[in-house]
Amino acid sequence: MSDTHAHAVAYVRDTMLPQQPPPASEAGAVKWMRENLFSGWFNTILTLVAVYIIFRLLSGSLPWFLGGIWNADSLATCREVLDGATGGCFAVLTERWNQLLFGVAYPNDQYWRPTLAFVLLLVAVAPVLYPKAPRKMLIFTGLYPFVGFWLIWGGTIFAPLVGLLGFVVGYLLFKQVERQSFAGGAALAVVGALVTWWAGGFLVGAAEGVIALEPVPSRDLGGFMLNLILGTVCISLSLPIGILLALGRQSDLPIVKWICVVFIEFIRGVPLITLLFVANVVLAYFLPPGTNFDLVLRVIIMITMFASAYIAEVIRGGLAALPRGQYEAADSLGLDYGQSMRLIILPQALKISIPGIVNVAVGLFKDTTLVSVISMFDMVGMIRGPILASTEWNGVYWELWSFAILLFFVVCYSISQYSQWLERQLQRDHR
Amino acid sequence: MKKSVLLGTLAVAALSAGAAAAATLDDVKARGKLNCGVTTGLVGFAAPDANGNWDGFDVGVCRAVAAAVLGDPMAVEFVPTTGKTRFTALASGEIDMLARNTTWTFSRDVDLKFEFVGVNYYDGQGFMVPKELGVSSAKELDGATVCIQTGTTTELNLADFFRINNISYEPVPIETNAEAQPLYLEGACDVYTTDASGLAATRAAFEDPSAHIILPEIISKEPLGPLVRHGDSEWGDVVRWTLNALIAAEEYGVTSANVEELSAGTDNPEINRLLGSAGNLGEMMGLEADWAKKAIMAGGNYGELFAKNIGESTPIGLARGLNAQWTDGGLLYSPPFR
Amino acid sequence: MTSVSDPPSGSFQFSQLIYDTRYRSLTFQLIALLLLIAAFSWLGYNLVNNLRAAGLNFSYGFLGEPANYDINQRLIEYTSQSTHWRASVVGVLNTLLVAVLGCITATVIGVVVGVLRLSNNWLVSKLMAVYVEIFRNVPVLIWILVIMAIFVAVLPQPRDFRGDDATASMVWGSFAFTGRGFYAPLPIFGPGGWIVVAVFIASIIGIFGLKRYATKKLYAEGRVIKTLWPSVGLFFVPTLLVFFLLGRPISLEYPALAGFNFQGGIFMRNSLISLWFALSIYTAAFIAENVRAGILAVSKGQTEAAASLGLRPGRIMNLVVLPQALRVIVPPLISQYLNLTKNSSLAIAVGYMDLTGTLGGITLNQTGRAIESVLLLMTFYLAISLAISAIMNAYNNAVRMRER
Repeated sequence: MSDTHAHAVAYVRDTMLPQQPPPASEAGAVKWMRENLFSGWFNTILTLVAVYIIFRLLSGSLPWFLGGIWNADSLATCREVLDGATGGCFAVLTERWNQLLFGVAYPNDQYWRPTLAFVLLLVAVAPVLYPKAPRKMLIFTGLYPFVGFWLIWGGTIFAPLVGLLGFVVGYLLFKQVERQSFAGGAALAVVGALVTWWAGGFLVGAAEGVIALEPVPSRDLGGFMLNLILGTVCISLSLPIGILLALGRQSDLPIVKWICVVFIEFIRGVPLITLLFVANVVLAYFLPPGTNFDLVLRVIIMITMFASAYIAEVIRGGLAALPRGQYEAADSLGLDYGQSMRLIILPQALKISIPGIVNVAVGLFKDTTLVSVISMFDMVGMIRGPILASTEWNGVYWELWSFAILLFFVVCYSISQYSQWLERQLQRDHR
Repeated sequence: MKKSVLLGTLAVAALSAGAAAAATLDDVKARGKLNCGVTTGLVGFAAPDANGNWDGFDVGVCRAVAAAVLGDPMAVEFVPTTGKTRFTALASGEIDMLARNTTWTFSRDVDLKFEFVGVNYYDGQGFMVPKELGVSSAKELDGATVCIQTGTTTELNLADFFRINNISYEPVPIETNAEAQPLYLEGACDVYTTDASGLAATRAAFEDPSAHIILPEIISKEPLGPLVRHGDSEWGDVVRWTLNALIAAEEYGVTSANVEELSAGTDNPEINRLLGSAGNLGEMMGLEADWAKKAIMAGGNYGELFAKNIGESTPIGLARGLNAQWTDGGLLYSPPFR
Repeated sequence: MTSVSDPPSGSFQFSQLIYDTRYRSLTFQLIALLLLIAAFSWLGYNLVNNLRAAGLNFSYGFLGEPANYDINQRLIEYTSQSTHWRASVVGVLNTLLVAVLGCITATVIGVVVGVLRLSNNWLVSKLMAVYVEIFRNVPVLIWILVIMAIFVAVLPQPRDFRGDDATASMVWGSFAFTGRGFYAPLPIFGPGGWIVVAVFIASIIGIFGLKRYATKKLYAEGRVIKTLWPSVGLFFVPTLLVFFLLGRPISLEYPALAGFNFQGGIFMRNSLISLWFALSIYTAAFIAENVRAGILAVSKGQTEAAASLGLRPGRIMNLVVLPQALRVIVPPLISQYLNLTKNSSLAIAVGYMDLTGTLGGITLNQTGRAIESVLLLMTFYLAISLAISAIMNAYNNAVRMRER
């Protein structure tokens, strides 16, 4: 501004005006609503439709939920109490919660065991899921399978101990020979572990009942616990198998590659339910006469096969996404196949694949409900079978299904939220 | 992770594999538990209660066998099976016997290689309809929608019945009894058909059983009984004669209340042989001398089991009918214990 | 590890099989092959032994025997006297029917939800997010069972339509929505009815031709030809004209309450509808995510560049964003179709007679031929899956070719 200008103007304000509030339609909730809900006729219609849908949903479900009866011993008494008013008979949940969670046959006084196993599971997976957790916790993660097995199945503590011992022996042998030959070490480790288990089998047989929890046969597992067990066990087992399959599919050896391709494509081409039929009605014919796996074990085998094929595809994607240079760099360092995979390729490929693996895990966990079709009493099986068939609770659908939906939603949603969180973490790492 | 679960169980399985090759009887004794296949839930025949204890008429047979073999009626592992899974469960050795209201048919016995050891309930396929439909005979069901449980003889009988009578129908296949109930009650099917006993059991679980009638036509013969695998006659004998012991006990008036007293010895030689105070029938089968006594004490004789689980004083309210003793004009007739 | 570039002269040693890279891969493959053969012969040996011990044999002869059971949902002629093979074919067709219907609706719902989720309407996008998360995170089996239960419980049954105090009535006198399924009028073709249909199909083809012609003009001369109103005209006018000229050769047969059920008209069974609906909304939640990801994958620069060229928003979507987004969307979309097809095997839970219900269900039960039935069942599904995979690969290749 020049002086001449200043003279030409009659009046110049020399103080700032106090800031005016923006027009009512441009501020606060109104502005937000205008921009986000009512910007244009189309959006307005959408908003109104959405509000109507939400209103209908809430007006239908809220009275039902709030007016619910939590205390009755059968549907008939519940309906008496309700006396025509709207309300759910949630009493079925308070009455049968133990069956929904643990199945019909798990001993009532032993419920603390699976509960403890579940809590410990959370502790055990923490260091795997959160890289920031103390590394020492990984030791517990390694021990968890044995602890969890003992807690859930019971029996003498020597059974899981021998199992652990086998792994320890195998690991020690492997360390001894690793320097000379990786493959030789691995072979020796397997032999060592097998010998330990074989010898330990006698010990376990002899020590029956020593420091023992009440043994629970696998077929007594049920309810949501069974879904969780199947999910955890099968995903854990399918990871190593999936990695091997993925490597096999990428391999240069035509026969190995061919075997892996056929296996993966076959498993991915058929629905899980047919594999469960195999576990249920066919598998017994393919095993030596007299072998008698129980159904849970057969189902675990089939679901593991199923999951490993999908995991193999995810990891193959991870392998393919690695820049060619990584492979060449590993080669140029003079690493052999095993070393380059172990030290260079797999750590990176697995890291890229984690979100995909988590997705497979969520899908698999949901698919464990399919075992109800082959008459296993998982959560869905419990609802469809014993509870709805019982005289007391025949006809309580909404309450039971809502409960099942809630449980599955909580578990799966948290896992998928975790996966998204991890994806963001990983993205940041790359930049 | 969890590899030990697999390996541990594999090891156990491998250990038990040696034993499983032996006869079923030794197998059961070695295991200390009887694996008994039952239905996934049919009130009165086999259903778990709120505490997970199985109860019912078929369950009573399992418990009697367990008591006879192992001396403990509670030493039973109940394996729920559906119409589809029951036969493979038995064939693969997962269960030792199947007591799941299973119809004795020629092809199951001969072609599927099972051995029916007797009949614990003489049944026949019937129809249930809501009273308000005003139907009084199955022949009036032209065009009706019929709910059937799949995997049973029911759907074959049904197809035959409607074809022979030249009337049309819409089958609605259902996996389990529990799932058929809402479909029928809500009116998605007009008719529910299964064994008459199952109909009575299902109706008993309804809110208002009197609003439904069971039509007079019984369109098939359904002798239901426990079965075992072909080729293990010793085990078949054990199950057969345990069932017969329950039937004979009713005939001779041996009940769970007086069996203790009678087993001390009576002047009826048949009862003495049955309860093991004379003769060595138990030993012949490889069981204790008092096997039948234990079996009867487990849940009572046939009549007691019937009355307690499905009889007229229960909600299911089945009359004895064909299932009365031969002395009362029924079909129950146990061969002599001699 | 040894890495030999020059072949060592002299005699062949056994250690070379492991340490020499030239032979090592052969050794490994041989071992793998031997293991595979050993595993298969072990399984086969067990199978033969077990079957012999049980006195059973392996034979597909049962497929030629009468099935003796009835199937309510069938696309081809079938009676209880037809063979098990025919029952299986009925099952395959039912599987395909629900799969095709499901894929179409899932795509429509999925695309709408995916687009709405990106809408700047806060309420709508949150509502869609809730829908997607709820349906993605609960097993499809539960949804199938729940929807069947809702279907049966909420909708009126035929008996509610009956009598003077009927609590339900037909919509427009021609549609009945009952808990047993939906009844709709069935078109009856009189003489000349097929001509009307032919004309209708021809006009549909004509509309596509018009679209193509307009696009070609647009690319070649830059001339924009309006196609909306000509298309609408083409859709209705010729067909209606022929219909009335020929004296209304197509009439409708209305469903009517007779006896226990509605008779006449088109009937869609509750099991088919609830399975179809459950599979659609479950898969749609996944498809919505794919669509959203696909649209987000097209960088904002593309939209801005198109806008700076002066294209209107509709054209930006059609000509710039969608072609690029589709390349991202379609491959996962097809694998969702694959999943939907495989999930349709859960039909057994609601009594829809698909392949698992006939061949893997009643046939398996009644004949006791477990191994044969399950093998055949897997083969059928494998064939369907491989066919869909083949389409997916073909598409992927086609897309890759167009990349510049």
